[in-house]
Amino acid sequence: MSAAPTSATTASDVRKSASQKSAKRDRSALGSRLVQAAFVIALVGLWYIGTTYGQISPILLPNPVRVFDELVDVLATLEFVSDLRITLFELAVAFSISATSGVVLGYLISRSQYSIRVFEPLFAGIYSVPIILFLPLYILFFGLGPASKIALGVTTSFFPIILNTIAGFGYVERVYVLSARSMGASDYQLFRWVLLPAAFPIILTGLRIGFTVALLSILGSETIASLAGLGHRIVHLAEGMDTARMFAYIAFAVAIALTLNTVTSSLEARARRR
Amino acid sequence: MTSTAYPTQPRSAVPLGRRFKRWILARPGVARLGVIALLFIAWEIAARFFVDKIFLSPPSLVFTQINTVFETTGVPNALRVSAYEIVVAFVMSVAIGLAVGLAVGLHRFSQKSFMPIILLLYGTPQITILPLFILYFGIGPASKIAFGVSHGIFPIIVTVVAGVQNIKPILLTSAKSMGASRWHIFRWVIFPHMIPSFFAGMRLGMTGVLLGVLLAELYVSTAGIGYYTTLFTQSFNPTKLLGLISVLAAMAILLNEIVRRAELHYSRWRSD
Repeated sequence: MSAAPTSATTASDVRKSASQKSAKRDRSALGSRLVQAAFVIALVGLWYIGTTYGQISPILLPNPVRVFDELVDVLATLEFVSDLRITLFELAVAFSISATSGVVLGYLISRSQYSIRVFEPLFAGIYSVPIILFLPLYILFFGLGPASKIALGVTTSFFPIILNTIAGFGYVERVYVLSARSMGASDYQLFRWVLLPAAFPIILTGLRIGFTVALLSILGSETIASLAGLGHRIVHLAEGMDTARMFAYIAFAVAIALTLNTVTSSLEARARRR
Repeated sequence: MTSTAYPTQPRSAVPLGRRFKRWILARPGVARLGVIALLFIAWEIAARFFVDKIFLSPPSLVFTQINTVFETTGVPNALRVSAYEIVVAFVMSVAIGLAVGLAVGLHRFSQKSFMPIILLLYGTPQITILPLFILYFGIGPASKIAFGVSHGIFPIIVTVVAGVQNIKPILLTSAKSMGASRWHIFRWVIFPHMIPSFFAGMRLGMTGVLLGVLLAELYVSTAGIGYYTTLFTQSFNPTKLLGLISVLAAMAILLNEIVRRAELHYSRWRSD
C-alpha cells in the first residue's frame, strides 16, 4: 500500500538531468530483466528440486527433464504433425469463413446509419453470451469431427470481426466522404481511397481478435469432445495418466498459439503502418 | 436519415405503406425486434419442416417446454452449483487480481519486472492446461472455480495496473505537498482514479470467469450443467438442450449486465 516511491521518483525525476535519467532507466531496465530471469529460473528450479528430491507424485507433476525429453521425442518423431494439421485446418476454414462473411456483412450493414442502429446492438448482444454454450448443440448437429469445431470457431470469431467492420466503415468522418464526393469521386473511388483506408486498421484489429478467439475455441472444443487435434491429444494423454508427455504437448500447443498470435499481431502492426 | 426527404403532406394523404416506412425508419429498435422475430420464425419453420426432430426443436416447443428442464431431476441443483462456481470464482478473481494488480502496479520497478510475465500468461491459451486443473482439483466444483479464476484474474490484474499507472503525476505531487500520508494518497487519489478501469476489468473478468467455468463444466462434470448438456446431447433431446442453453445464456447475460451497470454507475464521476 505504498504509493510514496512512485510519487518520489516522479517528483525527483524533474530535478534530474536528462543523461542521469536515461542512465538510471537503463539500469532499472536491466534490473527488471534480471528479476524476470530470476523468477523463471526460480520457478523451474523449484519444479526440478521438488520433483527430484521431494515427495511429489510424477503423475501430478513430472520432472522437467523428463518433460523436455518427451518434447524432444514428440518433435523428433514428428508425431505432432497429424494433430497439428487437423487443428490448423479447422482454424483456417473457420477463420476464412468468419473473416469473409463478417467483413462483407459488416460492410453491407455499415452502408446506412439506420441498419447500423438496427443490427449493431443485436450483434453486440449476442457477442456478450459465452458462445461456448453452443458447443453441445453443434456436436448434436455436426458430430464429433472437425465440422463442429469449425462451426464453433466461426461463431466465436464472426462477432468481433463484424462488429469491428461496422465500427470501421460506419464511423468514417463525414467530412472526408463529403469532400471526396464534392470532388467527384465515384462509388468505387470513394470506397478505395476514403472508406477502406479509414476502416482498415479497425477491421484488422477485429480480424486479429477473431483469429485469436477462433484458435482458442477450436482448441477448447477439441479438448471437450473430439476425435483428433492438439486439444484431443492432450486430453488423451491426461486420461492415460501420461503426464510427462501431456506437459510436452501442452508446451507445444502453447508455443504454437503464442507463435500464431505473435505473427498475427506483427502482421497487423505492419499493415497498419502502411 | 432519409425521413427528411419526404415532401410534407397532410397525414391522411400519405399512402399507408409509405407511412409505415416512415414510422419504422424512425424506430430502429422496432426494426431490430422485427429482425429477431424473423430469425425465430426462420428457426420455427426450419425445425418444423426441414430438420429432423432429433436434432432441432422449434422455439415454440423449446420455450413452452422450458419448465420440463427445471423438472428434470438434478437440473435445479446443477444450475445452483454452476451459479455458485461462477460467483466464487468471480469473487476470488477480483480479490486476487486486485491484490496482485496493486502489488505490481504501484511500483514502477515491479511493474516493469512482472508485467511482461503477466501479459505472457494472459496470452497463453489456458484451455490447453484444463486437464491439469482436473488432475489437481478433481472433477468437482473446485476445478471449475480454479479454471474460472485462471480466466478471470488476468484481465483484472491488467486493468488495475493500467488504472494505477495512468494517474497524473501532478495529482500525486499536489497531494504529497499538501501533506497526505501514503494511506491518504492511496485512499483519496489512487483508489478513486482506479475505479473506472477496475470496473472495466471486472466486466472483462466476468466474461473470463463465465468462459472458464463453462469450459470446465462442459469438459467434465458429475452434477453440474455440463453433465446435463452432455446427457441431453447424447439422448438426442434438443428441446431440453436448447431450453438449458437458453437458461444459461440468460444467466450469463444477467451477470454481465449487473457488472456493466456497476461499471457505468461508478465511472460517472469522471467527465472525460
